[in-house]
Amino acid sequence: MSDLDRDTLLALYESMMTIRMFEERVTREFRKGDMPGFVHTYIGAEAVAVAVCAHLNDSDYISSTHRGHGHCLAKGCDPGDMLAELYGRETGLCKGRGGSMHIADFERGMLGANAIVGGGIALAAGGALAAQVRGSDAVAVTFFGDGASNQGVLHEVMNLSSIWQLPVIFVCENNGWAESTPVEYSTSVANISDRAAGYGIPGVSVDASDVLAVYDVAGAAVDRARSGEGPTLIEARIGRMVGHYLGDPEGYRSKDSKLEEQSRDPIPPFEQRLLADGVLSDSSIASIAAGIEVVLDAGVEHAKTSPMPDAADVEAHVYAPVQ
Amino acid sequence: MTDRTLSGAQAIGEALFQAMEQDANVIVLGEDVSGGAGLGEPHEGEMGGSFGVTRSLFSAFGPTRVRDTPISEAAVAGLATGAAAAGIRPVADMMWSSFTPLAFDQIFNQAAKMRYMFGGQATVPVVYRMAMGAGLGAAGQHSDTLYSLYTHIPGLKVVVPSSPYDAKGLLLSSIEDDNPVLFFEHMGLYGQKGHVPEEPYTVAIGEASVLREGSDVTIVAISMMTVKAIDAAELLSADGVESEVIDPRSLSPLDVETLRRSVEKTGRLVIVDESPPRCSIASDIAAIVGEEAFGALQAPIRRVTAPHTPVPLSPPLEQAYIPSIERVLAAVRSTLA
Repeated sequence: MSDLDRDTLLALYESMMTIRMFEERVTREFRKGDMPGFVHTYIGAEAVAVAVCAHLNDSDYISSTHRGHGHCLAKGCDPGDMLAELYGRETGLCKGRGGSMHIADFERGMLGANAIVGGGIALAAGGALAAQVRGSDAVAVTFFGDGASNQGVLHEVMNLSSIWQLPVIFVCENNGWAESTPVEYSTSVANISDRAAGYGIPGVSVDASDVLAVYDVAGAAVDRARSGEGPTLIEARIGRMVGHYLGDPEGYRSKDSKLEEQSRDPIPPFEQRLLADGVLSDSSIASIAAGIEVVLDAGVEHAKTSPMPDAADVEAHVYAPVQ
Repeated sequence: MTDRTLSGAQAIGEALFQAMEQDANVIVLGEDVSGGAGLGEPHEGEMGGSFGVTRSLFSAFGPTRVRDTPISEAAVAGLATGAAAAGIRPVADMMWSSFTPLAFDQIFNQAAKMRYMFGGQATVPVVYRMAMGAGLGAAGQHSDTLYSLYTHIPGLKVVVPSSPYDAKGLLLSSIEDDNPVLFFEHMGLYGQKGHVPEEPYTVAIGEASVLREGSDVTIVAISMMTVKAIDAAELLSADGVESEVIDPRSLSPLDVETLRRSVEKTGRLVIVDESPPRCSIASDIAAIVGEEAFGALQAPIRRVTAPHTPVPLSPPLEQAYIPSIERVLAAVRSTLA
């Protein structure tokens, strides 16, 4: 912790709080009933997106998941444009064609959330391939869950990325549940990072209730990829503090189990450390929260007052024009 | 050079070579595209794909741009898609169209939908090349012509060349195109010889070719079914029946205007398609013409297709599977009865 300067620590904290407050706001707004589609919030996983994306810039690529709001925000997407997308508005990041599960922002190297479990893994590796062909030092990160760790495409892509030494980082967010199925049941190894050995790449598991631990592990993996040493598999262990989706009755787990997972919230311990070290104070915590609230209020207002797409445009954006 | 003759396989190889010469962003990847990967001279690059199409590429462009892969169709198609979204122009060799179902999520849920789902911000200039077609005795899992399946999917372009000239020009267009393109290379095309100019040129995707003019019946033939259609047309001509033979050249987009105009002239339509009939391009063209030119039709539309079966091995069965000239003749005559 002493390695990181005050600005970096504050940026990590503020970014985590932005995601948390964004998701809490989305939860409240979704329950009002005027947001279409499915929403899966990133609550409890904030340390992963924030600590990984802190090492990336706009020319680096990420691919994300159905639980992707945190990745978008950490990669720099505008919260108001994201909210407009969630509400299906023409001003949304994807002009209302994608929604929560298909947000992308190509200007920021955000190659898309993906509603196919494991669907983004090969795409990010493709971004890494493009970087290698161009000879640039860009890297790519693919975020996926413990559920996707059992998809065949991950096997193919880790093998291919290893033999080509692609600058890609595989970040498995293990929240213990593939929808309602426990990882202990679904997965053949105790540590998903052990699977890296099958592909001749480094694998590391990290407790993602500790944002600084993730920051260090991700920094090493990004440096490795950027310097041409190839892929890394990171298993970031998180507690699933919320249901699979907003509205999930969660009959598949006990209240005690959920409470235990909620106790792994990454934000309180980080806040306590920053308070103890004098990086944060009660008043700066309040002012950071107030600043985020202003952004979210404006974002919700922007979203709700933006026009819906014109029904006559239902066939727009299928094909790129012929040059 | 105007009389220069190449095979279909050579024409496709030349298109790939010239595309890679013109644009450093073009790469080729797939299993066996070089062969002998990592072994150096004289083995590496010698194979050049299952049909030798990419044989000239490795020695000219090297391992960064000519990438042999493991047998990992999902990874090949998926990395090609992601790399295209990230700004380069990959040409993925899927080997046989029957193998693309292993990569179906990457093509269907990812490549085809990215531009739409993301509100037009994604540009995905990827080409998936694949061989197809019965006639080699390759049976059930190597011989499918899956172009109808992919034509169903919005966001994809589907190209089905039937001559070496078109194959070169359409492949150069496909690589230049900013959309995902499935490029179907019929086995019968590889060995077919034809005139191919040496310089690079393009053939526009979405423009049908009228291979033979006639006023009595329109025969639309897909890919190498054009050869049967032309042969049938010559036999019919001896009987005084003049057929107009149209090669759509691409199925998505489809040149409906050329089809409609021809049927309005002839009043009769026969479609020859080497794939099973249900939800096929033959059925699709029949439906479109039925809607757009019903008033011009003087007889029911006839489809000459494969049976609704997988492709069989045994030669008499395989020959029964592939639409024959006799079946084309019978279909045309039924429209004239």
